Amino acid sequence: MSIMRLIPYPPGIIVGGEIIFKGRDLLKVTEEEIRHVRGSQIAMIFQEPTTSLNPVLTVKLQLAESLMLHRGLDKQAAGEEAVKLLEIVGIPDAARKAEGYPHQFSGGMQQRVMMAMALSCNPELLIADEPTTSVDVTVQAQLLELIDNLRSQFGTAVILITHNLGMVARYVDRVNVMYAGRLMETGPTDAIFAEPRHPYTIGLIASVPRLDLPRKRKLFVIEGLPPNLARLPQGCPFHPRCVYALDRCRQEKPELLEVGKNHYSACFRSGELGDKRGLMDER
Amino acid sequence: MRDDALVNVENLVMYFPVTAGLMRRRVADVKAVDGVSFYVRKGETLGLVGESGCGKTTTGRCILRLYKITAGNVYFKGKNLAEMGGKELRSMRRHMQLIFQDPYASLDPRMTAGDIIGEPLQVHNLVQGREYQEQIDELLRLVELEPRMAVRYPHEFSGGQRQRIGIARALAVRPDFIVCDEPVSALDVSIQTQVITLLMRLREELKLTYLFIAHDLSVVRHISDRVAVMYLGKIMEITDSDELYDNPLNPYTQALLSAVPIPDPVVDRQRKRILLTGDVPSPINPPSGCHFNPRCHMVIDICKEEEPELRNIGGEHWVACHRA
Repeated sequence: MSIMRLIPYPPGIIVGGEIIFKGRDLLKVTEEEIRHVRGSQIAMIFQEPTTSLNPVLTVKLQLAESLMLHRGLDKQAAGEEAVKLLEIVGIPDAARKAEGYPHQFSGGMQQRVMMAMALSCNPELLIADEPTTSVDVTVQAQLLELIDNLRSQFGTAVILITHNLGMVARYVDRVNVMYAGRLMETGPTDAIFAEPRHPYTIGLIASVPRLDLPRKRKLFVIEGLPPNLARLPQGCPFHPRCVYALDRCRQEKPELLEVGKNHYSACFRSGELGDKRGLMDER
Repeated sequence: MRDDALVNVENLVMYFPVTAGLMRRRVADVKAVDGVSFYVRKGETLGLVGESGCGKTTTGRCILRLYKITAGNVYFKGKNLAEMGGKELRSMRRHMQLIFQDPYASLDPRMTAGDIIGEPLQVHNLVQGREYQEQIDELLRLVELEPRMAVRYPHEFSGGQRQRIGIARALAVRPDFIVCDEPVSALDVSIQTQVITLLMRLREELKLTYLFIAHDLSVVRHISDRVAVMYLGKIMEITDSDELYDNPLNPYTQALLSAVPIPDPVVDRQRKRILLTGDVPSPINPPSGCHFNPRCHMVIDICKEEEPELRNIGGEHWVACHRA
């Protein structure tokens, strides 16, 4: 939301930093310019398609609207393009369905409409925020295959925001692990799963049940609750839940340190955590 | 019917009428559950998985007799609940409880945690006087909350803590059987594992029997001894949890499994992928023959005409498919 400058002000303020998109700092451009970037160069799909679509407009009109706005098409051409987009995202019988209203679409189909809308201006960056939390697993697989195909076909860069580690493993090249507003670990997907170096990442991976492993396997439990963002603990934000916490972690915030090729971890003890099985033994 | 079964479901059918017009004329039926049979042994956990609208929640609620079932029998400890009513049913319900999906919606916001947990004790007249407070304290400790939290209201708790209150309420009447309906799907990942681990510990300590309903296959397999896969009101396959992953025989089960990515890129890359097309059809007018045939990657002519029976193919493995 911050990348898109969609955080309402007030109360939200971007206090510092830069958001460099194609060499330009998005925090320094005017409202006019960001509106041009938003939608046409960076598009976003949200968690709940039902609340993101306009219930009183037909799907075709909603799609046509952004095509007229960003690509300057006339109404006729925009309508035809809208149907074409619906076909690309795999909506069967698109010409007829396009005349329908969002409530006539299932959750998976609504998310496809959102995706068609996001694609309408050939964005260079697609931000997908938990795009499949409200749909079934088989539909989840369909939607993610679709995003993946679009990525390889049109060269769109994708930021996939999710809590589902399986989806990360299957669809993502590089991972950023976040906790309490901070980056805990970042690196290539394979390295993150094979050699996680941050106790939070290690804990997450060990805590999810896996279809392929023996069922009786004990899951690792990350104790405690995510912190209140208004009252973050001093030092590393994860230390109250961390089994590795030292005195130092309660005082100082660890910075990201290189632990492998393009692989960084914000933990004082990353060096010792080469083997994730160590965590299970220590308990 | 099996002797060691605590719950035995035979040809369960649950239709909900679709009405139209001023006279509320019945124009069609939603065939939520359409001829389902299975058993749950004492001390066992049976998982029930499927996509939304497949009838898994309705099945759970029919067992607790929260609906008047259309046809079929539900035996609990050998007694047929389908024929029961009134007082007799209410006294049976003490032994069967439900844990709900949404910890935000299933707790009364105007009651304290203590009153929520204590209410079933009063309804069933299980305790008197001082014992009441002692029981509540003990139940809170059982679900790893602190007795001093009894005076708080639901909004003062986190999602995971609320789900613990829901679990404590279910345990208050010392049930034998609990239907867990998507108990962790509304929770954060790290909190999910906490609640799953708690449910598994309680099962051992209190010798509970669960029917565990969820759409997350990895979670269901982890907690269940056996798993039943449902699709459009029918059971497609029932088998041992390990066998489910190692040897799924129904193409729907195979597709469902392959749709779940394994959180390990190296392992996941080597798996066969079956991508289903389309959505689940409407249970008002399910496809003829095998309900799954329009989306099936192994469909042949017979699948469109004849409905496959759920048949045993050795051991505890049952499958409803012409090609299995």
